[in-house]
Parts: sequence; structure tokens; C-alpha cells
Amino acid sequence: MIKEIRWHGRGGQGSFTGAKLLGIAASINDGRFAQAFPSFGPERRGAPVLGFNRISDTKITDRSEIEKCDSIIFLDETLWNETYLDDLKENALVLINTDKELFSDSRIKTINATGLAIDVLGMPIANTAMLGFLVALSEGVVTYGSCVNALKSALKPSILDKNLILLEKAYQLGKETLK
Amino acid sequence: MSDFAFLSGNEAIAYGVKLSRPHVIAAYPITPQTKAVEKLSSFVQDGELDCKYMHVESEHSAMACSIGSSSVGARTFTATSSQGLLYMSECLPYASGARLPIVMMNANRSIATPWNIYGDQMDSMHVINSGWIQLYVEDAQEALDMVIQSFKLAENHNILTPVMINVDGFVLTHTYEKVEIPLQEEVDNFLPEIQASPHLMSDDNKTSMCISAGNQHYMGFKVKQHRDMFKVFDELKQIDNDFHKAFGRNYGSAVEGYQFEDAEALLITTGSVTGTVRVVVDEMRAEGKKVGVVKLRLLRPFPAGDLVSKISGAKAVGVLDKNISFGYEGTVFTNVNSALFQKGASLKTINFIGGLGGKDITKGNIRQMFQTLQSGEGETVQYSNMGCTL
Repeated sequence: MIKEIRWHGRGGQGSFTGAKLLGIAASINDGRFAQAFPSFGPERRGAPVLGFNRISDTKITDRSEIEKCDSIIFLDETLWNETYLDDLKENALVLINTDKELFSDSRIKTINATGLAIDVLGMPIANTAMLGFLVALSEGVVTYGSCVNALKSALKPSILDKNLILLEKAYQLGKETLK
Repeated sequence: MSDFAFLSGNEAIAYGVKLSRPHVIAAYPITPQTKAVEKLSSFVQDGELDCKYMHVESEHSAMACSIGSSSVGARTFTATSSQGLLYMSECLPYASGARLPIVMMNANRSIATPWNIYGDQMDSMHVINSGWIQLYVEDAQEALDMVIQSFKLAENHNILTPVMINVDGFVLTHTYEKVEIPLQEEVDNFLPEIQASPHLMSDDNKTSMCISAGNQHYMGFKVKQHRDMFKVFDELKQIDNDFHKAFGRNYGSAVEGYQFEDAEALLITTGSVTGTVRVVVDEMRAEGKKVGVVKLRLLRPFPAGDLVSKISGAKAVGVLDKNISFGYEGTVFTNVNSALFQKGASLKTINFIGGLGGKDITKGNIRQMFQTLQSGEGETVQYSNMGCTL
């Protein structure tokens, strides 16, 4: 089955980099097939932007926009509203980067990824944290080991080690969320 | 062992160019092609590609420089899109008329006004009569592979015609996917150094290129240029077969079909939307519906015989055009109907115009096209997913 994922963020938060890392992990490292594409058009820092993934065991030829998602990831809680629940498939999840706990729908999982990122990286860049959280909470998307390898192949050495720590911390928090 | 990498269509083009070892790249950046030429300039700056990179001041100059370098036998690449293609359009017939084997990537994008940077195929249709071979690719792997094949095709002394590789803007240029990057030595074996044709100039062979020809001779040049274009079908087929032996991938020459043999309703496509149609064909086949898709990889030369042999068994054929020839219909539709008429095939045909200015063509839209073909009802030219009423 094809897995379809959408990332919501603001220009500069690294949402498309998150989608690219996920695509590398699933295709190059897990040996499956993946697409990663941004919301097409001009890019502006601070403006709402999207990233998309398709992941599958077989070659992906679908080039249409993604309508229904298996996971929707919000790097910025101000972009979230409840109408996005309509974009979910069955057994799908919304992952929100927030320090609030005011969400009632059981499909919504939250993590204070910005807080974690500031602790670990010293910067509020939460894309690798959200990737770790996604790995822990989703099934059939990507393996944790492949995400580690994707970061190693794609991130600059100067930011790699701290991002690996951030990935793991968010992954562990995700696993605790499941308990 | 070849490498797998997670590349955008733009990057795949850049890798294809690097592996083809051009002597000269002359280009001006334009959305959505920018990352292709940025990557190429990085390759040159980092010493990974031994090539003269000319960052020119306009697309007109990019083509003028390409004509100059190709005129002395240099393997030459350029890339553009949309308004850039139109700006260089004065130079395009100079290149094709002088029989210069330049290879160009065109990132298919809409044409102003209204200004719009998203993908459709209005730009390449605008220059379909420029004398360039026009190829359309479906994914990033095909984009990379067709750069290598295109140099081999263009430089063949029976062809000596420039090639425009059309890559759908954003949908392909900005989508990352797994791409196999061939080894340099394997590409070197497949694509040897360019063999300069005798009509080119050098220090020892001083000539005048882009000559004038009076009314006694001009027509002869043009008819020879036209007739040589038809040699592309056999040469491309041979190149594709050889490519398959060397790299394990092939693309089926000028026309490629999927589930077309027994199809009652067929859609004819160009470029990336073909992939989405394949998904809908699989879904509808699972429901027992006899539908299929035929992809035109070449629009010039137009593979009329090959196309008609693949579609003539269907009851109804739809042509999905991401362009309009204002005041008539989609350009591919005109060409398909002409091919059917020439070959004596009589079929119900419907033109679906969609995807203009980046408008999404959804799986639901494609399913609707097949249903329209099966019912045979409605206007001859229909507009898909326009998003408003007029």
C-alpha cells in the first residue's frame, strides 16, 4: 500500500528538508520507492509551505496532488486547524509540534519538538525531531535505522551529530506516547 | 556498480549532462529550470565537470552562444523554460537549419499573460515548428537517460538536428525520487566523443555558417532538413535498444503504450501525467474496464504510423493536451487526428484540455475522461478541472 504524508510548516522551518530526509530513508536506505515534493511555486521565509511524500514497495507513477493522507505533520502549531482532520485516511495520524495538550481527537499526537530542538541544537529547527516522532508512531512508512543513515548522508557534518541526538530523543518520546 | 540517488528532475538532468561531458554549457536561469543550471555550474566550479560554463545575460544569448560553440564541433548543452524559450525562439531555427546538434532541456511552463510560473506545455508547443526534435519525458530517470540518448541522436551524422528534452515544470523538475546514476565509464562507452560533421568550421576549414540561400536553393535546404527528421524514428529505436543493453533500461522509441492492446478507450498523453493515467488504468482494469494509455515521447518528428498502429483497435481515443492553440483546439489533438486521417483509420476522438498553468490533473479527472470516452458523449473539445464556470 502506498503511504501519503504531508508536512505543514513555514518557510525556513525545514519542512521540505524533513520530507526529503524521509524520502531518502525510505527509498535509498530501506530499498523501497519514494517521492518528495514541495508545494510548488515561490518560496518565502515565514509563509506557510507544504512538503509531500509518497512511499511504496513498488514504483510510484502518480503525479497528482496528494488529497488524503496517512500522516499530516505540523512543524508550526499556528498552521493547524480541525478541518485538516477531513484530509486523513482511515487509521491515520496528525502529528503536531506544540507544548499544549488541548487536543481532544485521539488521532492527534503532540510533541514539544521546538523545545527539544532548542535544548539539543540551540535552534528552533524541529524537522528531524518530527521525523523521529513519525517513525515511532507510524507503521509501514520507514525504519528508524534508515532515518539515521539518511541524516548521515544528507546533513552537513557541522549539524549532523546534534540532529542524530534530536532524532533519537523524539523517537523515544514517540515510543513512550504509544505506551 | 552504478549509484542510486534521491534526485529532483532538475538534478537528474544535471547528472545526465555531466555524464555526457559537454564542452560548453551556455544558460540563463529561469524558474522552474533554475536548479538544473545551478547544479551544472557547481559541477564545473568544483572541477567535477571539465566544461566551459557561460553564464550569459539572456536566453537569446544562451542560444546564440550555443550556436557558436556547436558550429566548431563542441558538444553543447543549454536549458530554459517558458518566456525564456520564447525569448530565444528567434535563434532556434538558426540552430536547426545549420544542422547543429545542440541538446536543450526545456522545463515546461505556462506562458504569460496572466503571469504564471507553473507547469503546462504551452511553451514547447509555441516552438513546435522550429525544426528541433521534441522529446517529452515521464520521470526523473527518463530525464537523465534521455540527455545521454539525445546527444547520441543529435550528433548522428544522418540526423544532425538539435533536441529539446521537455520536462514538466515543478511536477518533475521539483519532485525528488530514486534515480540510478550510470557509471561514467559506461556512459563514455555508450556516448563516445562527438565526431564533428564535415560542414562545421575550424581554423583549418574556414567557412561561413548560417549562410543565406536565395530563392533557387532555400527550399532544397528546408525539404532536406524536413526529410532527415524522419530518420529519427529508426535511429532513436536503435539508440534505445543499445541503451537497454548498456544500462538495462529502455523507453520504447517514439510511442509507448500501457494496457493498450485490447483497450476500448485509450488516452494519449505526453510527459508526466502519463504516470497518473497508469494508476487510473490499473484501478479501472481491476473493475473490468478495458482502458489503456499511449504515451507520445516524440512530438517532432511526429510518429504517425507508430501511433496509429497502437490506437486503431480502440473504439474511442482521448487526447490529453496541456496546451491550447487559441481559436482551434489542443495541438496534440490536431496532430493525432491528422495521423488517423492519413492512415485511413476512423475513430471517435475527443480532446481533453487540462493542467494549464499548473492546474492539477487528478485521478478523478482522468477517470471522468475514460467514462466520457466510453459513453462517447459530449463536445469534441472539453476542458478538465477548470475550477470555474465561464
